[in-house]
Amino acid sequence: MKLTTLLTSAAMALGLATTAMAADKTKVGFVYVGPVGDGGWTYEHDQGRKAVVEAFGDKVETVYVENVAEGPDSERVMTQMALEGADLIFTTSFGYMDPTINVAKKFPNVRFEHATGYKTAPNVSTYSARFYEGRAVQGTIAGHMTESNIVGYIGSFPIPEVVRGINSAYIHAKKVNPDVQFKIVWAFTWFDPAKEADAAKVLIEQGADVILQHTDSTAPQAAAQTAGNVITFGQASDMSEYGPKPRVSSIIDDWAPYYIARTQAVMDGTWESAMTWDGIGAGMVGIGEISDAVPADVKEAALAMKAALADGSYHAFTGPINKQDGSAWLADGETADDGTLAGMNFFVEGIEGEIPQ
Amino acid sequence: MDLSAINPVLLIASLMVAATPILLAAIGELVVEKAGVLNLGVEGMMIIGAIGGFAITVETGSPWLGFIASAACGAVFSLLFVLLTQVAQANQVASGLALTLFGLGLSALLGQSYVGIKPPQMGKLDIPFLSDLPVIGPILFGHDPILYIGIALTAGVWALLKYSRVGLVLRAVGENHDAAHALGYKVVRIRILAIMFGGACAGLGGAYISLIRVPQWTEGMTAGVGWIALALVVFSSWKPWRALLGAYLFGGITVVQLNLQAAGVAIPVEYLAMSPYVITIIVLVILSADKSSAPAALGRNFHASR
Repeated sequence: MKLTTLLTSAAMALGLATTAMAADKTKVGFVYVGPVGDGGWTYEHDQGRKAVVEAFGDKVETVYVENVAEGPDSERVMTQMALEGADLIFTTSFGYMDPTINVAKKFPNVRFEHATGYKTAPNVSTYSARFYEGRAVQGTIAGHMTESNIVGYIGSFPIPEVVRGINSAYIHAKKVNPDVQFKIVWAFTWFDPAKEADAAKVLIEQGADVILQHTDSTAPQAAAQTAGNVITFGQASDMSEYGPKPRVSSIIDDWAPYYIARTQAVMDGTWESAMTWDGIGAGMVGIGEISDAVPADVKEAALAMKAALADGSYHAFTGPINKQDGSAWLADGETADDGTLAGMNFFVEGIEGEIPQ
Repeated sequence: MDLSAINPVLLIASLMVAATPILLAAIGELVVEKAGVLNLGVEGMMIIGAIGGFAITVETGSPWLGFIASAACGAVFSLLFVLLTQVAQANQVASGLALTLFGLGLSALLGQSYVGIKPPQMGKLDIPFLSDLPVIGPILFGHDPILYIGIALTAGVWALLKYSRVGLVLRAVGENHDAAHALGYKVVRIRILAIMFGGACAGLGGAYISLIRVPQWTEGMTAGVGWIALALVVFSSWKPWRALLGAYLFGGITVVQLNLQAAGVAIPVEYLAMSPYVITIIVLVILSADKSSAPAALGRNFHASR
């Protein structure tokens, strides 16, 4: 009896102590889909986390869990973070969408930020970057650079995010090279180096001399390097260790400003649910340095495209564009609205193959 | 759909690469099971070999040293299984599973600082003239040396089991350990050596994934290859050449299905993705319809006092 009382009071004291400490600091949690050392997607999110630590120093405490599987496992991790007193939780993969909404219902006082999704709640915001703008730049370079006119594309999951990227890259490759053809392999994973390497090798064997990837590891870069005359683009992170060839450029995600702003908002009590979708202009999407393996005129065309996307004078989805089945989607000069883009589930005209359902 | 885009020569060359890790692990496990021991820890030993080989290659700059280290790592790691089953007489199934789980966790810990590093590459075999032959060159003479070691190991194990005295003793231990003991053979010692050989082979197979096939280190990168190797041993009726056939079949279909996807064949991706497992099992089940059966003492512990 005495022991139980002692233990209870000790536990309570401990609980009080931690609550008191937590009150001083804003606790920010991050849920990652891959390891922080993947050199791609998760790596960049972790750079964002480090930037938050740097910006706020002692006023903030960050925690992260890596390699969290999409699905029920992620719900457990988020619940644990919320129970441990996190004030703000960033869930950084598309597949965390429903788990985030579920956990958010149970913890109305905790703020959640879900990357690349489309479901919000009073305490759930979504944020994403307009990666398709970066894909437009990649497509321009790919269209100019390919000699076999075959571009290989490693898709991860058939979700709008990925489909958008394929469409954008295709439209802009086609614009500069009418003969270009896309070969698409679905890996059904965000991160599985063995599978990604196999997919890249297969695409190269089938004649692709440009590999675009929407998976997060550097394995396709390594495969392209071994194969020789193939170019690739860094995905999510610069992957410059594979430059100047095969990696000729990259899409870099820069989450740091957003993470700092949202953490600040929680500290100030001004946080509100929002849907953020920023592109090259706002700096959320960066284009990695275009290497010397790219001829000067191609580089110029790519940079012009980047500039036009950044200042808003050009939209990556500008008509006339037909859907794959030939039906009209965008009329001449019309640009796609965000709603259609967010739920994009069709290929544009000219792409072969179907989107797995 | 454009099937002409698939180049059969490159296809065969890359299926050999895809099959080698499975083959190496399966040959090792085959010897272990022939000695009457069921070691379900193949996956764990593979991944330990994968990180061990990767780390040594990165530190020393020599892929050869890395591969030797991976075999050593696998063998040393299998000593844990030896300790549990041969010394402490623990259940082999449970010990094997423990080995796999422990291996996956330990490798993740050891590999923390090796994520995202490029390992030095092992050169490919380049025989003047032979490697340049049109069709045969890329298929037979254009690979890395470890692939040939895998095939040589298959031949070696087959010859050893079939023709040599050592092979006869090993099989005797696996069929009836009491009789072998009565004849004066050191049952436990022979089994320990077999288990260590299995560990070394699995380690090599793991390093083949992290150093040649991918090449990169990531957590859990063996992704179930060890289990496939285990299944292959059973379906190949404990015969080395059939294990080779099964491994090439599995590796082949894995590569073919990606090729079909890239060529735009109108089969749902999900069916293509499951095809390697289904087809390999069907073919090997048909093959194993003859009378060959498991080593009689498989999975049973031996102690001289009983």
